[in-house]
Amino acid sequence: MEIIISNSSGVPIYEQIKEQIKVKIVSNELQAGELLPSIRTLAKDLRCSVITTKNAYEELVKDGYVRNVPSKGFYVAEVNKEVAHEEQLNKIEGLLDSAVTIAKMNNISKKTMNEMLDILYEEEK
Amino acid sequence: MENILEVKNLSKKYTGFELKNISFELPKGMIMGFIGENGAGKTTTIKAILDIIKNYTGEIKVFGLDNRKDDKKIKEDVGVVLDDMFFPEILIPNDINSIMKDTYKNWDSNLYFKYLSDFDLPKNKQIKTFSKGMRKKLEIATALSHHPKLLILDEPTSGLDPIARNEVIDIFQDFIQNEECSILLSSHITTDLEHIADYITFINNGEILLQKTCDELLGKYGIVKCTESEFKKMDKSDFIKYRKTKYEYEVLVENKKEFSKKYGNNTIDKITLEDLMVLMIKGVK
Repeated sequence: MEIIISNSSGVPIYEQIKEQIKVKIVSNELQAGELLPSIRTLAKDLRCSVITTKNAYEELVKDGYVRNVPSKGFYVAEVNKEVAHEEQLNKIEGLLDSAVTIAKMNNISKKTMNEMLDILYEEEK
Repeated sequence: MENILEVKNLSKKYTGFELKNISFELPKGMIMGFIGENGAGKTTTIKAILDIIKNYTGEIKVFGLDNRKDDKKIKEDVGVVLDDMFFPEILIPNDINSIMKDTYKNWDSNLYFKYLSDFDLPKNKQIKTFSKGMRKKLEIATALSHHPKLLILDEPTSGLDPIARNEVIDIFQDFIQNEECSILLSSHITTDLEHIADYITFINNGEILLQKTCDELLGKYGIVKCTESEFKKMDKSDFIKYRKTKYEYEVLVENKKEFSKKYGNNTIDKITLEDLMVLMIKGVK
């Protein structure tokens, strides 16, 4: 399994680990039922603290990507596509929220925002 | 989670220096980085834990045992590297093996010689011919060779070159693969700690200034760099300390995400332990 940690990106390391494992699970590179490296092994191999890998795994459990089997280890869970979808929606909502905050701070109207969104969608096509 | 080490209200008075109410806990399987200026009280704290100094007050428990009453039992399972070398210079590493065999029940000669060869240390040369780095490596090898459950290391990586430091850090991480083992590690080489420490305890002037998980410190804390007019707009309660340099203000904030939410597009740098130490000590509020 490849995980690439950047020490200068500003993204917390546990988050980098979490996101990269998620991508591997969603893309089926990691199959449901597969045993993940232990918290300690992963910390050693990535040269980070145990609490960092523990945080990453705990969040993966919370988000439903990984199952913790006590005294056995962490396994890739059967990922519910709906859950994954829901999560993406949440992420978008968060980003839009920031956009709206900036808009309101600068008195930019909802209409202008909608237009921007339309344009962005058109560009995508 | 069980604690391997508990320090409660440790105080010690010297003329001109006082250790005041030091308390912290180190859980099993974790690494705690101990940082602070020279003379802040790190070594005094470590020496109190090891019961090497006298006349301190407070309670210290190692493996749940009282550090004064169960001194002998505790030392059997503690590996120590102190800042000042304690081996007589005329000894050779082979002598240390013979001495330690009689000192520790669990002394493992094979492991000791394995570390010597891993570290490229000669077995038959007098310690006085060793470089500073070689001496450190010898001390680390000795500290690890009786299968301790707790390592107490005062500046174990000082004097080591980057390659040797890397090797040593690997060994420390190997050491905590066993969930029963912990490390208390003081270091000025804060980048080493940033990688492997789970907790950071920051001591200044004999008092604990800050105690957090390393993740929280590095992930949440930040340094805002801004102009004087931007700085003047900040609420005093929104930052910890600041420092004025010739061209900018450096402001230490506890939560960079919340700060940028409130104040918008300031430049917020990710923090290093070194920045944190400098701003906490040199900065003003």
